[in-house]
Amino acid sequence: MEAFTTHTGRAVPLRRSNVDTDQIIPAHWLKKVTRDGFEDGLFEAWRKDPEFVLNRPEHRGASVLIAGPDFGTGSSREHAVWALQNYGFKAVVSARFADIFRGNSLKNGLLTVMLPQETVEELWRLAETDPTAEVTVDLVDRKVRAEGVDAGFDLDENARWRLLEGLDDISITLQNEDAIAAYESRRPGYKPLTTQAV
Amino acid sequence: MGRTLAEKVWDDHVVRRVAGEPDLLYIDLHLLHEVTSPQAFDGLRKSGRRVRRTDLTIATEDHNTPTLDIDKPIADPVSRTQLETLRKNCAEFDVRLHPLGDVEQGVVHVVGPQLGLTQPGTTVVCGDSHTSTHGAFGALAFGIGTSQVEHVLATQTLPMAPFRTMAVTVLGELPEGVTAKDLILAVIARIGTGGGQGYVIEYRGEAIEKLSMEARMTMCNMSIEAGARAGMIAPDETTFAYLKGRDHAPRGADWDAALDYWRTLRTDDDAVFDHEVVIDARELAPFVTWGTNPGQGLPLSGAVPDPAAFGDPSERLAAEKALEYMGLEPGQRLRDIAVDTVFVGSCTNGRIEDLRSAAAVLDGRRVADGLRMLVVPGSVRVALQAVEEGLDKVFTAAGAEWRHAGCSMCLGMNPDQLSPGERCASTSNRNFEGRQGKGGRTHLVSPQVAAATAVAGHLASPADLADVPTPVEV
Repeated sequence: MEAFTTHTGRAVPLRRSNVDTDQIIPAHWLKKVTRDGFEDGLFEAWRKDPEFVLNRPEHRGASVLIAGPDFGTGSSREHAVWALQNYGFKAVVSARFADIFRGNSLKNGLLTVMLPQETVEELWRLAETDPTAEVTVDLVDRKVRAEGVDAGFDLDENARWRLLEGLDDISITLQNEDAIAAYESRRPGYKPLTTQAV
Repeated sequence: MGRTLAEKVWDDHVVRRVAGEPDLLYIDLHLLHEVTSPQAFDGLRKSGRRVRRTDLTIATEDHNTPTLDIDKPIADPVSRTQLETLRKNCAEFDVRLHPLGDVEQGVVHVVGPQLGLTQPGTTVVCGDSHTSTHGAFGALAFGIGTSQVEHVLATQTLPMAPFRTMAVTVLGELPEGVTAKDLILAVIARIGTGGGQGYVIEYRGEAIEKLSMEARMTMCNMSIEAGARAGMIAPDETTFAYLKGRDHAPRGADWDAALDYWRTLRTDDDAVFDHEVVIDARELAPFVTWGTNPGQGLPLSGAVPDPAAFGDPSERLAAEKALEYMGLEPGQRLRDIAVDTVFVGSCTNGRIEDLRSAAAVLDGRRVADGLRMLVVPGSVRVALQAVEEGLDKVFTAAGAEWRHAGCSMCLGMNPDQLSPGERCASTSNRNFEGRQGKGGRTHLVSPQVAAATAVAGHLASPADLADVPTPVEV
């Protein structure tokens, strides 16, 4: 995973709540067997509307998505994270994220930042009035900074450390292989096996 | 202090606990399907890793599979590639697979329980959010992303952040004609699509204890639509009776040992939930959604709400956008909404009891003129059982289409899709924009309401059908 320390870029205001993963990447895109090439599927239905915020020339090249509450609800598809990253987003700001989406994003180095809805509204206003305004998402200081905005955010220390270092979860877990083997040796015999149909 | 059911199952699976780090949890059962696994297997190959426990892993094909002409090559080359990729991966990594055409094939969340693999007190994961279904057995079951699929394949564990506990207590008994689907839609409407965020919900109370295993699966299945990590129901005699004798259920002395453990899986009397919600089952009625998220639902007797009536600005905006997408007007009676298509199936309502209840409504009746009804069993086993009971004949005699097993129109990854503007009453779990096909409009309903709607041509419950004349054969 690519490490995330700090990122500065322009923001896109997405004034919608409950942006579900079917909107982020529709199901027919999930037939691909790779992790890339999803950028054209991002918000595919909404992008058919020339007025949709991502289509506005002033927001082209923006890399921080500012979304309404409950972003990423629905399906567990990690393709939603890949689509946002493939398109060029480095961070998403929302008042609340769906759990699975959030977990997926942090495992891929897409920083999901939770800020109070009032701060989200301030960032919306800023990006709408001045689309060239830059927003900095600083994981080192756990802060989002922009003109008139200086907001701290929470992220559990372990997740932050993994992101800052760009660490691969599997390698970390495999350092505990002894503990896994010890657990396995004491699992009860009545637990089901997929291979052993009686 | 006592512990909740969820805490007990969690504690029994901690491989490693260190302050300041997520607990490392052991995973008892890993279910795979074609959509969220290819990139995970690729990851294993790239890092030279193997599947640690092939004997705790099982795969089936469901999301992409066609429900017609399953003996012919799959027409969509991209779908075909994805299925072939799963077959290659399972062969290379020695994972048990039930492909299209196999008698154990079906929607992954229907297959696990019917094989007896889903058991009380186990941890179950799958790269699919509706893994919450398995919580009906008192398992801790949650959907995971592809990176986590790879992690479980390689290590049989997952680092998991702590959760909060919520009790949803349902008092009294469900009235006649009100199902688990109506109940869970009412729960989601009450707590909202984000209301369960960070929580494992335990459903309890008299109404829940009286539910069959299949109805409990419907409840737990849609926990994710309330944003919850998982939904659970304490195992009881209903659970044990369902499991006994199934292929992978324990036998002999193992059964007795398992039963001793399973009986401990109840929330202690002195346990404290972080949040509690109480619902009176006796006040419930058939429930349908009018909007584009599963929290936007109302009793069938209601009317489309006026967005202006929502106090919360983001809810108001969401309602405005939903009505625009759904082509509905405030004040319109829900019963007056005419539909083009009815879909009965999915991991929510594609089990034999669901098919039985839809068939009971359709028996001796006809699907309304010009309306298309698809009945898609959740698995091949469900289909075989339905055929044995003659349900397929009831559906086809009524003018419905009887299809092969799979996810089908729940998410339209196969050819079963809505056209733009087409309106569907669906027993599935998500009414998101475009979920069942680009521009398609979805109303979530129970199997009974689906069948009654198919007959009436507009949203209806079986009780409304008294005034629909039964057509006379000429």
